[in-house]
Amino acid sequence: MSDIAYVKTELSPTLPPPPNAAGPMKWLKDNLFSTWYEAIGTVVASAILIYLFMSIVDWAFVTSVWEASSFEDCLERYTGHPVGACWGFVDARFNQFMFGPYPTDSYWRPIIVGILLVAGLLPIMFEQIPGRKIAAPLMLGIFPWLSVALLHGPIEMTTLDSGLGIGVTALLFVLGIALGLYGRKNFNPGQTMIGFGVAYCIGVMYFLAWGLGLETIATNKYGGFMLTLILSAVGIGVSLPLGIVLALGRRASNMPLIQMLCIGFIELVRAVPLITILFMAQFMLPLFLPEGVDFDNLVRALVGVSLFSSAYMAEVVRGGLQAIPKGQFEAADALGLNYSMSMRLIILPQALKIVIPNIVSTFIGLFKDTTLVSIIGLLDLLLTMKQAITSTKWLGMEHTGYIFVGLIYLVCCFGMSRYSIYLEKKLHTGHKR
Amino acid sequence: MAVEAENANFSLSSLWYDKRNRAIVLQIITVSIFVWFVYQIVNNAVTNMENQGLNPGFGFMSQIAGFNPTSPEFNLTSFDVNSSTHGDVFVLGIVNTLLISFVGVILATIVGFVVGVLRLSNNLLIKLLATTYIEVMRNIPLLLHIFIWYFGVVLFLPQLMGALPEGGRGVTGINFLGLDMIFMSNRGINFPSPVLEAGWQVILIAFIAAIAGIVFLSKWAKKRQDETGQIFPVLWASLGLIIGLPILAYFIAGQPVSWDIPQATRFNLKGGASMPGHMMGLLMALVVYTGAFIAENVRSGIQSVSHGQTEAAFALGIRPNVTMRKIIIPQAMRVIIPPMTSQYLNLTKNSSLAVAIGYPDLVNIFTGVSLNQTGNAVEIIALTMLVYLTISLTISIFMNWYNKRVALVER
Amino acid sequence: MNFKHLLAAGAAVAFSASVAQAGTLDDVKAKGYIDCGVTTGLAGFASPDDQGNWAGFDVDFCRAMAAAVLGDASKVKYTPTTGKTRFTALASGEVDVLARNTTWTFSRDTDLGFEFVGVNYYDGQGFMVKKDLGVKSALELDGASVCIQTGTTTELNLADYFRANNMSFTPIVIEDNAEARQNYESGACDVYTTDRSGLAATRVVLSDPDAHVVLPEIVSKEPLGPLVRHGDNQWGDIARWTLNALITAEELGVTQGNIGEMASSNNPEIRRLVGAEGDLGAMIGLDAEWAMRAVAAGGNYSEIYERNIGPNTPLQLARGVNALWTQGGILYSPPFR
Repeated sequence: MSDIAYVKTELSPTLPPPPNAAGPMKWLKDNLFSTWYEAIGTVVASAILIYLFMSIVDWAFVTSVWEASSFEDCLERYTGHPVGACWGFVDARFNQFMFGPYPTDSYWRPIIVGILLVAGLLPIMFEQIPGRKIAAPLMLGIFPWLSVALLHGPIEMTTLDSGLGIGVTALLFVLGIALGLYGRKNFNPGQTMIGFGVAYCIGVMYFLAWGLGLETIATNKYGGFMLTLILSAVGIGVSLPLGIVLALGRRASNMPLIQMLCIGFIELVRAVPLITILFMAQFMLPLFLPEGVDFDNLVRALVGVSLFSSAYMAEVVRGGLQAIPKGQFEAADALGLNYSMSMRLIILPQALKIVIPNIVSTFIGLFKDTTLVSIIGLLDLLLTMKQAITSTKWLGMEHTGYIFVGLIYLVCCFGMSRYSIYLEKKLHTGHKR
Repeated sequence: MAVEAENANFSLSSLWYDKRNRAIVLQIITVSIFVWFVYQIVNNAVTNMENQGLNPGFGFMSQIAGFNPTSPEFNLTSFDVNSSTHGDVFVLGIVNTLLISFVGVILATIVGFVVGVLRLSNNLLIKLLATTYIEVMRNIPLLLHIFIWYFGVVLFLPQLMGALPEGGRGVTGINFLGLDMIFMSNRGINFPSPVLEAGWQVILIAFIAAIAGIVFLSKWAKKRQDETGQIFPVLWASLGLIIGLPILAYFIAGQPVSWDIPQATRFNLKGGASMPGHMMGLLMALVVYTGAFIAENVRSGIQSVSHGQTEAAFALGIRPNVTMRKIIIPQAMRVIIPPMTSQYLNLTKNSSLAVAIGYPDLVNIFTGVSLNQTGNAVEIIALTMLVYLTISLTISIFMNWYNKRVALVER
Repeated sequence: MNFKHLLAAGAAVAFSASVAQAGTLDDVKAKGYIDCGVTTGLAGFASPDDQGNWAGFDVDFCRAMAAAVLGDASKVKYTPTTGKTRFTALASGEVDVLARNTTWTFSRDTDLGFEFVGVNYYDGQGFMVKKDLGVKSALELDGASVCIQTGTTTELNLADYFRANNMSFTPIVIEDNAEARQNYESGACDVYTTDRSGLAATRVVLSDPDAHVVLPEIVSKEPLGPLVRHGDNQWGDIARWTLNALITAEELGVTQGNIGEMASSNNPEIRRLVGAEGDLGAMIGLDAEWAMRAVAAGGNYSEIYERNIGPNTPLQLARGVNALWTQGGILYSPPFR
């Protein structure tokens, strides 16, 4: 103990930090008012945000009409006061927006497909949910045909009309199984795959012809959000394998002719707008098919959409292939794997994993692009809405209709883009900066 | 011996199991399938066309079109309904497609850069605003954008002609600055157009001279800055040159350009030029939609430049906006350009959605109306695709060239 | 240059792979329904109601055909087509008959390879303007902005009319009636031009119908009728005589209500129509009672008209020239004999 007078004997109290260096004041200063022009920016931005927020709340909740039987309940000149959204209109037409002209008493069919889709996709999308190992093959091998059968019912197969057709297919089925088992016994993956593949195809054919014994609902009854989903699901389902084939073809430097064909197709399709491809599918496809063979409107649009997205998918996959180090290819060769094995077991799993986020973005693009089929007269969500506002009951409902449809797309696409970011983070196994 | 061994090894299976042979076999198979496919298509097309009584050929291009795709005030190719053919429709379509793509690309780039930089602002609210813009705009389909902007915004502008408050009928559109020159309404924007008279070339020459002067000036200023360190205000001098010189020439040459000012008639403004309402709607939609994507490209480009660069610039005492302009952006450009090229291409291709609101672009008037009238589907769609292919290739070649130039800065 | 020859040269070894095509009638009987092309939605002519069932003037023709051919008026598959896609749909065989208020013109009948089976509505192109413009005649429309539907004959007629009268106009080209209404109501165009039936349908749904007038000029003949593909005459005959049966039924006073008793009528023409006498049905590959079923499905021409577009419907279209020739109109069916 020192008793020198000028030495402090007790601790001085801890002072709070100066008001501008910590706490909310510092946060405000750093984030909103660091300079005079930032301050102006803050004021302007908050004015805009408050205005936007207030008008949205006002339009959607305060002045909106929740129950309406016709436009007379929703237009200012009839009600006498300003009216925002007319949710009564959406309510009245909601089923049509979702299913289009699909028969009312069969709504359960697309609903089951939707439930199966969600139930199958959840374990695949999020690894926290168990069952991925079971869900993935089911979704790939069975779900597509099951949903076709549910949505459409039996499909007429002229091959299966005659006894000869049934005989030949049954024989092929048996032969396929036999070849598959034989190949399996001899550890010949090629034979196994071809054998079971043939059997699977014929099985699918019979299943589609049976169609769960449901009533057939023709494709011109498909519409609304359901059609949008069908178009994008088929588009992505076809374009992914086709895109992989095209991308591999584009990189097959030892086969210049195939390479040229692939490059030609990819670049041609990517250079022209989707609408011209749809016009082509609409106007030229019928000319290209043999007489008597014809696709209906929906199939034509599906062909157009799938070809279009395959070209984009090919470029996405090519990006993934290019990102695989050369060592991987060489290591696969050194192990004595042949081309298909090295691609299937080594290269593609890595390449596709890298580009999953890009595949999701391609899917988002495709999802939005399906609105273009309304130009060639398919009743997708957008055209269903436009048809609804031509009905004499719901004239002048454009604003509610457009914003409702926009909202559906916004929610779906925003959700998917968030998911893509989540995936990107999850798959980002390399070191971070 | 060796030859014999090879022969002995040659069997049907070696066609598949020998890698080199397999490549050849696969190519032969693929190409023959392709040729067979093309042959089938061509054969079917010929048969079907004959059966449907269609007349293939390009003769339709010289037939009188007989419809009027555009107004007298928005007519860049002097389309004349009395004499113009489907060939002229084709040309008008191309010109209109190029016009909307060109203007759209410029505006979308500006919007994209502004929003992309704001997205990285230190100010939370500004960042929030920019993020909201990007996320909302790019997640709504373009076709819906077009409908919303045209039917929800453009059509809600004031009417061009209507009952005046003081009685009678007259112009009720927005009259900019009260000058009676530029009018905006739900029919679009009407503005004066120049009428060239004898001697107008002087102005053109003055304009070219001004550009040459700017090039010379900037070289000289750079040299002077390198030598003396003094900065010459190139921007202001250039602006002065490019505006001042042509104006000077205009007066010296005796005012050889007069203006055709829109005049109110019974229904419309006659004279001058106009940007029709559907073009406004389409342009807004394209710019807002593509701008959101470009903003994201700009953001990721700027973020790709290491923060050390900014810190180094600050350490050297360079002010923030100069840091952005002279250090960050030039480096970011290398990352930004490739994705931006594909956005430019997308915008050009997306302009074909004009068909939804009646802007007379190539797809709308040629692939739409001409095809419907003549029935020559194969020829018309092939020509349309050819045009888009050419435009796309040109843009990518130009952007690749620019990309190389930017990349050269790297050491 | 002839593109066909170029194509043919490309297909070096030319062999005709075409298979003999079965007649449309057999196709239809085999698949059990008629593919009928209609509009994507035009009030009174074809539009789906809240439950999604199609109804309208054109739809009733499809139903009559289905009743005649298949015995069941509900065996129709409706394919909505736009102005642009309708002809491809028919030419490619996607639809068997197109009943989509389509104008019968020379080039469509010949060059495009279709066959119009008759006229079920005589229309003409007219103009609608706002009353407060004070326009009394279409000849005063020089310089106006005009809303037109793309892909229609009205687009060509309009250009012709303005050319003939040395006037200019600004076209606002739109895809369908609903978009036209939005443009016209907001004042983006001064005039809306389309078939007068379409104008009537649009005028009813404007916010203040009385503030708009349809100008007296009719600038074109628009005979609207169903059409089929060239080359299948039997199918064309069925479509043509189904239409004629509906018109003849009105002429003879045969209605949906009384057609059951008409087999015992004394009038030989009625007896031929309902199949009690002669074998007209067999001549077009159908049974004897085909026409009876066609009329029983939705009534005769007059009943179909009154139900969908007549004066008691929102469209309020008077019969006018669409009245029977015996009543001052021009509707006229060749005799059933």
